[in-house]
Amino acid sequence: MSNRHVLLIEDEPNIIEAIRFLLTREGWKVEAHSNGADAVEVVRHLRPDLVILDMMLPGKSGMDILRELRAIADLANLPVLMLTARGQMRDRDMAEKAGVSRFMTKPFSNAEVVTAVRDLVAQASRP
Amino acid sequence: MPRDSLTGTRIRERRSIAGLRQADLARQIGISASYLNLIEHNRRRIGGKLLIDIARVLGVEPSMLTEGAEAALIATLREAAADAGAVAAETDRADELAGRFPGWAEVLALLHRRVASLERTVETLSDRLTHDPHLAASLHEVLSTAAAIRSTASILAETDEIDPEWRTRFHRNLNNDSRRLAESSKALVGYLDDNDAGEVQRGVPREEAEAFFAAQGYHFPGLETGEQSPDDLVRAAPELGGRAARHIAREFLQQYTEDALALPLDRFAAALDRLGPDPGALGAELGADLPAILRRIAAMPERILPGGAGLVIADASGSILFRKVLTGFALPRFGAPCPLWPLFLALSRPLVPVRRKVTQLGRGTAHFDCLAISWPQRATAFTEDPLYNTAMLILPLRADEAEAGTFLRVGSSCRVCPRLRCHARREPSILREEF
Repeated sequence: MSNRHVLLIEDEPNIIEAIRFLLTREGWKVEAHSNGADAVEVVRHLRPDLVILDMMLPGKSGMDILRELRAIADLANLPVLMLTARGQMRDRDMAEKAGVSRFMTKPFSNAEVVTAVRDLVAQASRP
Repeated sequence: MPRDSLTGTRIRERRSIAGLRQADLARQIGISASYLNLIEHNRRRIGGKLLIDIARVLGVEPSMLTEGAEAALIATLREAAADAGAVAAETDRADELAGRFPGWAEVLALLHRRVASLERTVETLSDRLTHDPHLAASLHEVLSTAAAIRSTASILAETDEIDPEWRTRFHRNLNNDSRRLAESSKALVGYLDDNDAGEVQRGVPREEAEAFFAAQGYHFPGLETGEQSPDDLVRAAPELGGRAARHIAREFLQQYTEDALALPLDRFAAALDRLGPDPGALGAELGADLPAILRRIAAMPERILPGGAGLVIADASGSILFRKVLTGFALPRFGAPCPLWPLFLALSRPLVPVRRKVTQLGRGTAHFDCLAISWPQRATAFTEDPLYNTAMLILPLRADEAEAGTFLRVGSSCRVCPRLRCHARREPSILREEF
């Protein structure tokens, strides 16, 4: 399968390590990036099949990154799984309006993340 | 109706407040009652000498009658109507409302201002939770670390075969993250405790004040000798961080100071030594009223009153104003206490001392001597109803005293009381299924 490439934009090194382990074990190629400021450029450059995006990042918020991604024509349908420590309904609404594919609050379960990644990529691959 | 055409309405209002009949006022200003009646119903314009005469008799400035309610009041009424949204109010008649019913208009305006103030508080709190950058960052730090720990721990627990290098790495991560979580949690709690930006995130002010009293053993040598004032003590107590807590502490310490002045420590201690903690005998000996004696007994340190004494003071609503815990007698931290306490019986018998031997259920077999009295908060005038406070001194009973007599069985609060079939029960106990 060619579409097994995940970009993890997260500034918490041990979360990166855990998610990298989980997804790599499932056969995904995982790349990580920790800074929000140039995250959109990194996505454009790497062209992953899915982005896992933290809400609070140094440089630029996950919400702003999501909005910018959705404004780029060929990234408008890129699956984005947003992780956040803020589970308020308002944040969830904002993320949905900005075009998030799935919203998940920290702390999350490993199985939840793996399943979400698998499902979102499968949905996006369907013609 | 324009404001300046409501002079007659204001005259009628003021006359009514002054307790004058229409005929009396008319006679004093030299016009007929029927003419005054027309004026009061805004059917005759009024000004000049007649207006000045009426104002003089009514004891107000003439402008009070011509200008009536302040523009600000009318503006507030309009604002209240606008804020009410869907409610159809006659906003074009706000002037008339303010002119004809100034008291009610002021009440409405006051309520509107109060609502606005409360709304601002709610917004501030909500905003603080949502946008306080430090709070948000602290919570994010705590939850992100918890997420890392949960994820890593799950991997270790759920993966049967894991590369030793990964296992070592995850163990190290867990160790680091758990330490970080401990530190960030402590920092978060410290921030919530120390931040003085608002009092709402603090504990209940009365609890803050109680913690301060308890830390001092409910005894204040500086106030006993007069070397310190309540303000000195409150200023020197950083733990009284909130304005409300400082106010409560100051009020209590002021009362303490007055009691200490009326019943100096040496004299009181000598009488206590001779008579024991018998409020009646102490009151007669020292010429003091019983509430002051109860408070003074509770303020004695252990070296003067071995075994100590508890004290509860409540207002007429049953709300606890002060509590000093005596070991073994549980005083609820939240919610209303047991209505069977002599404290509340005393409320139904103002100024009559009530004494009961008490067993508190659910706390073993400790017995107590409870002495209560209620008294008016201040000397009342004939024009106002008295408001009563009630106090109950709780003394431990010696084993031999506890052997004889009838004991009143009380609880702490309904929620934690094991007593079945209690006529005073307000809600089911969490200890037993009842009802």
